[in-house]
Amino acid sequence: MSALDKGRSGDNERSGDNQPAGVALAGDYWRPEGRPDPLSEKGRIGIGAPLSRVDGAEKVTGGARFAGEFIFDGMVYAALVYSAIANGRILAIDRREAEAMDGVVLVMTHENAPRLNTPPVFLRSPNGAAGDDHPIMQTDRVHWNGQPVALVLAETQEQADAAAESIRVDYAAEPAMIDFELAKAQARQPDNVLGGPAEITVGDADAAFEAAVHRIDATYTTPRHNHNAIEPHALTLAWVNESEGEGETLRIHDASQCVDLAVASLAEVFGIDAAQIHITSPFVGGGFGGKTLWQHQILAAAAAKLADRPVRLALSRKGVYRVVGGRACTEQRMALGADENGRLQALIHSGVAAMTRHNNLPEPFFQATKCLYAADHIRLSIDVADMHMLANTFMRAPGESVSTFALESALDELADQLSMDPLELRARNEPERDPTSGLAFSSRHLLEAARSGAERFGWSERSATPGRRREGEWQIGLGCATATYPYMRMPGAAARITLTPDGATVGIAAHEMGMGTATVQTQVAAARLGLPVEKVAFHYGDSRLTGSVLAGGSQQTAAIGGAVIAAQRALVAELLALVGQDSPLSGLAPDEIECRNEGLGAIGDGSRFESYRQILARAGRSELSVEADAAGSEELANWSMHSFGTIFCEAGVNGVTGEVRIRRLLGSFDCGRILNPKTATSQFRGGMIMGLGLALMEETLFDPRSGRVMNPSLADYHVPVQMDVPEIEVMWTDIPDPHTPMGAHGIGEIGITGVGAAVANAVYNACGKRVRDLPITLDKLL
Amino acid sequence: MQWTINGQVREAEVDFRTSLLDLLREQFQLSGTKKGCNQGACGACTVLVDGERINACLALAVQYQGREITTVEGLAERGTLHPVQAAFIEHDGFQCGYCTPGQLCSAVGMAGEFERGLPSAVTQDLAAADLEWSRDELRERMSGNLCRCGAYNGIADAIAASLGKEVVR
Amino acid sequence: MRAFDYHQVADSEQAIEQAVRRRQAKYLGGGTNLVDLMRETVERPQTLIDVTRLSRDIDETAEGGLIIGAAATNAALAGDARIRSRYPLLSRAILSGASAQIRNMATVGGNLLQRTRCAYFYDVATRCNKREPGAGCDALEGFHRYHAILGTSSSCIATHPSDMAVALAALDARIHLRGPEGERQLAVTELHREPGERSDLEAELQPEELIVAVELPPLPMAVRSEYRKVRDRASYAFALVSVASMVELDGETIQNVRLALGGVGTRPWRAWRAEAALRGQPATEATFAAAVDAELAAARPLPGNAFKVELARRLMIAALSQRLSDARNGGDA
Ligand SMILES: Cc1cc2nc3c(=O)[nH]c(=O)nc-3n(C[C@H](O)[C@H](O)[C@H](O)COP(=O)(O)OP(=O)(O)OC[C@H]3O[C@@H](n4cnc5c(N)ncnc54)[C@H](O)[C@@H]3O)c2cc1C
Ligand code: SF4
Ligand code: FES
Ligand code: FES
Repeated sequence: MSALDKGRSGDNERSGDNQPAGVALAGDYWRPEGRPDPLSEKGRIGIGAPLSRVDGAEKVTGGARFAGEFIFDGMVYAALVYSAIANGRILAIDRREAEAMDGVVLVMTHENAPRLNTPPVFLRSPNGAAGDDHPIMQTDRVHWNGQPVALVLAETQEQADAAAESIRVDYAAEPAMIDFELAKAQARQPDNVLGGPAEITVGDADAAFEAAVHRIDATYTTPRHNHNAIEPHALTLAWVNESEGEGETLRIHDASQCVDLAVASLAEVFGIDAAQIHITSPFVGGGFGGKTLWQHQILAAAAAKLADRPVRLALSRKGVYRVVGGRACTEQRMALGADENGRLQALIHSGVAAMTRHNNLPEPFFQATKCLYAADHIRLSIDVADMHMLANTFMRAPGESVSTFALESALDELADQLSMDPLELRARNEPERDPTSGLAFSSRHLLEAARSGAERFGWSERSATPGRRREGEWQIGLGCATATYPYMRMPGAAARITLTPDGATVGIAAHEMGMGTATVQTQVAAARLGLPVEKVAFHYGDSRLTGSVLAGGSQQTAAIGGAVIAAQRALVAELLALVGQDSPLSGLAPDEIECRNEGLGAIGDGSRFESYRQILARAGRSELSVEADAAGSEELANWSMHSFGTIFCEAGVNGVTGEVRIRRLLGSFDCGRILNPKTATSQFRGGMIMGLGLALMEETLFDPRSGRVMNPSLADYHVPVQMDVPEIEVMWTDIPDPHTPMGAHGIGEIGITGVGAAVANAVYNACGKRVRDLPITLDKLL
Repeated sequence: MQWTINGQVREAEVDFRTSLLDLLREQFQLSGTKKGCNQGACGACTVLVDGERINACLALAVQYQGREITTVEGLAERGTLHPVQAAFIEHDGFQCGYCTPGQLCSAVGMAGEFERGLPSAVTQDLAAADLEWSRDELRERMSGNLCRCGAYNGIADAIAASLGKEVVR
Repeated sequence: MRAFDYHQVADSEQAIEQAVRRRQAKYLGGGTNLVDLMRETVERPQTLIDVTRLSRDIDETAEGGLIIGAAATNAALAGDARIRSRYPLLSRAILSGASAQIRNMATVGGNLLQRTRCAYFYDVATRCNKREPGAGCDALEGFHRYHAILGTSSSCIATHPSDMAVALAALDARIHLRGPEGERQLAVTELHREPGERSDLEAELQPEELIVAVELPPLPMAVRSEYRKVRDRASYAFALVSVASMVELDGETIQNVRLALGGVGTRPWRAWRAEAALRGQPATEATFAAAVDAELAAARPLPGNAFKVELARRLMIAALSQRLSDARNGGDA
């Protein structure tokens, strides 16, 4: 049995008869009294079909070309030299040997780099795609251990590497704050957390906690993590003269999850017009939050300018660790106070995360706690400890992935204290409305997901007492945890639809990094336009396409969906303007129209129909192209919008060695309408597997004496391998959210959430040891 | 220097430092084979040399002169996907696709090793002449190919399906 | 990586001749360790002498053992039917190391002489006595989860990372060497040095000396030998602790026993003390515990690897108990 035919709900109504024939224009789904997107209805043709990836053939034949695989005539290869101190100044750079080496074209340091503006920082500036606001190779300052201090260009990669290795740098080191333990003592409250307050209070949580009958007060720690996409960051670029007299264009093949923002940022850095920069990124070998704008792209472009040669820069694996930030470490306090019945009276979630003064991402570890449980008194706060380190950044489910570890472990501890089933405890604290914002939930069916998951998993077999189940050396336990991630739809999305007699092309500056975007959006656009999927092409990953859609925050599904909804409306309006007097559609208004059978028809009147081909032919048009901006994401102000799920885990703990093996893992999700069960299953599983890594093995080792990452390698930074991963079951409620495009929520990040705690809770149930410090390595269980 | 790559004799003069991986990617523009770590730790660069899977990143091109090298570009025959390629599409054995060429070559190499009766770390009785496919055998044998997207289940399903043999759970 | 010269040789004679002639030459096996270290500029040879064309045969010896050419791949060795039935721990040890791809490349000679995975050794921006004698050791007060607790010195605590070598140590394998001065043999347990003051000197090899073969003496008890490896993930990771074990009983008395440890020693660690404490003793948990404690009494744990003492203890006792029950269950195990 494949994963696709098990544990899935909602596939029973996909019969032919009740399939609505066409897709009317979506209304104002974002308003309280608004009309849901017709595509969110059950039984829509093509929606929910397990379509195989549209880019599958290219990916299995080696035909898919990634950013570091493009070629420009006369291209040279780059290599970077990284600083060996965490704070201080460069005294001297000895580049003589390098410059004399075979094939070397350029050695660039702060002494000869072109003048560049400081890049705008992500979440601080509207154009910001950069990880931090340090000047890039402009001064002799060193801000972290691993900062690029020189760049070499040479005719071959081998020559560039050898030359980079020969460069000697002398430093004047200055005191650096590189020990989290020390930095914590000087922690400060950041001025915002993801644009919101760094402290949120409801009632008087501390007093309520003191007064509570049942109390859990514990500290949970999570280490630094790195994304470790299997494709290391790479780009190929050239300053080209596209047309006479237009000046140069910076043409970049990049591995990017934000082509549009990157263009805007680079334009600021180089002081040129954004129209002079063109980034494409059709294939990205995994992003997970890491493939934004870091120093390497800027340095490559600067060097290309200086040398007047096209440049290929592919970071080594070690280079990725030196130049691309990861997830910050956190220390979180969870204090839960509950009454006899397990009702939460007080919920305190506070703590510290490492950060720099040069970025704007306090690891938002209270995110999940904001919305998950009803409690009369809540206090959430995040402090940051400033360090001399590479700026931390977004990594899959920033906040939620580590906050659910703390919160959901603590709930398990409370359930244990109350002798209550952990799922029951959660059910008793299911909120009516968002406990911190007071908003109604747009769609929340967590209990349903938990119930069906529990049934499928066999949760009732769990013994409440740890250590009851044994198989040989193995102690076996079950654990569960809630997963959650917000629904998002960021501003800036727009789409272009180009209709021809043969079908349609949808273009939008969005991204495909393996999430299935290209496949799913082809499906959705086809359904929306009443076309077969073969007749729809989805174009993405190109900054010259319309709109600006960040592949982040699990927002692409909704953001693209919203833009295509708007473009469909524009398209229908234009088509109606074209039809003329003798068309059967004549006189109809857009809202009386639906897209069906490769054309437009009157809603409820099968006889009034004209195919796109006919309409275009009659108007003498070979194509029609429209562009529209997505409606503003007003829904986010009207409701509390989140995805939910429950993760169930069966873990074995070896009584002799302390090794943990995950025997079973199940995720039951409530993420709105699932658009493609095949790619969705992969997304959920992929997140859950990263969750297993977080739970059991992942940790970036940051040496507190040097501020240097000491395991910048896939041999030393462990991620799960095939043998670590059991067959993971995934199921979902498939209940559409009436207030989102297609009734869908993004699903890229929720999979990782909850897994850390589900594993920790299963480990506790297996052997009675509570591990509050990730990762759960065997030494902690001996 | 000379190599037979996907059945074609190819020649190039290369720096001794050049790895087989860079030879393929940079000299011959066969960029299907991927570089994930350049340190033998991820398997993205897996190719077949005389039918055996190796990590091309740690192989010096000069050392492999005269050998038969098969890359992902050489798996399909005359436009027809290799069964394991087709199965990867059907079972969603990838997401971003970057580890995929390595997974595919590795799977082909693995099937050969199994045919030849080579055991793995999880083979219970190492002395036994007959091996039995199991999910664990498959997973252990494919553990030299990391997939950060986490397509492991799909990969295992795809390989199991393409083997045309029963794989016990 | 800096530029170097490359020479392929057909036999050991040529190899040595070339090595003597060239400056800063290194033998190249599968390259899985050497090429990696050259990329990190930890190794900077001027010449590589490719010894993969040397014998890779696995032959019977007159005494009833096996002799393995140094160029045999790790995969070929692990898959050899004679090794699998007569020395299964060796197969298991190899198969539990690295990945299938690496085992297809790696040679026996290279595996034995692979260098430590100490992160500071790999990073030329840090201090390491092994790279640069006298520079200091950043692992002592740094990250040393993977480091040794046995055979360490105040100058170096790096683990020898090989799994195969641990099995070979348990088997009393002999290393056949050839150098400019001629041929000689060495017990594998004598091949690797403890660091002492000079952790850069790792093997008891003369300049240009080449490993040409590894000989396994006949050892009937090895039929029921095992190798168990514990690591931070289920596969494709170096050992935290591993144990090679075999036991021969005479009634309820331990007649003979072999124990070797990986992941805990600065060299593949033959547990001589434990063996001595077990031989001739009744096969009981108490004997096991006492023997294991005798071995681990010399352990010098540090904060980051102290758990290895307990882990090694438990693993050794579990291995002995398991071998005991295998032995009791007779030859058809
Ligand atoms: C990601 C990764 C994971 C790994 N995991 C494990 C593991 O879990 N367990 C494990 O045991 N190993 C592991 N290894 C190490 C691997 O086993 C070794 O790299 C391999 O065995 C070395 O063999 P080689 O032939 O490639 O040696 P090379 O790299 O060619 O050479 C290594 C050294 O031996 C010398 N040498 C080679 N042949 C001879 C000879 N005949 N005579 C004298 N000197 C010689 C070389 O000069 C060099 O100094 C791993 C390696 C990698 C990259
Ligand atoms: S433990 Fe040995 S190899 Fe590691 S840094 Fe210290 S001296 Fe170097
Ligand atoms: S690129 Fe060769 S193993 Fe990673
Ligand atoms: S598919 Fe992305 S790494 Fe495997």
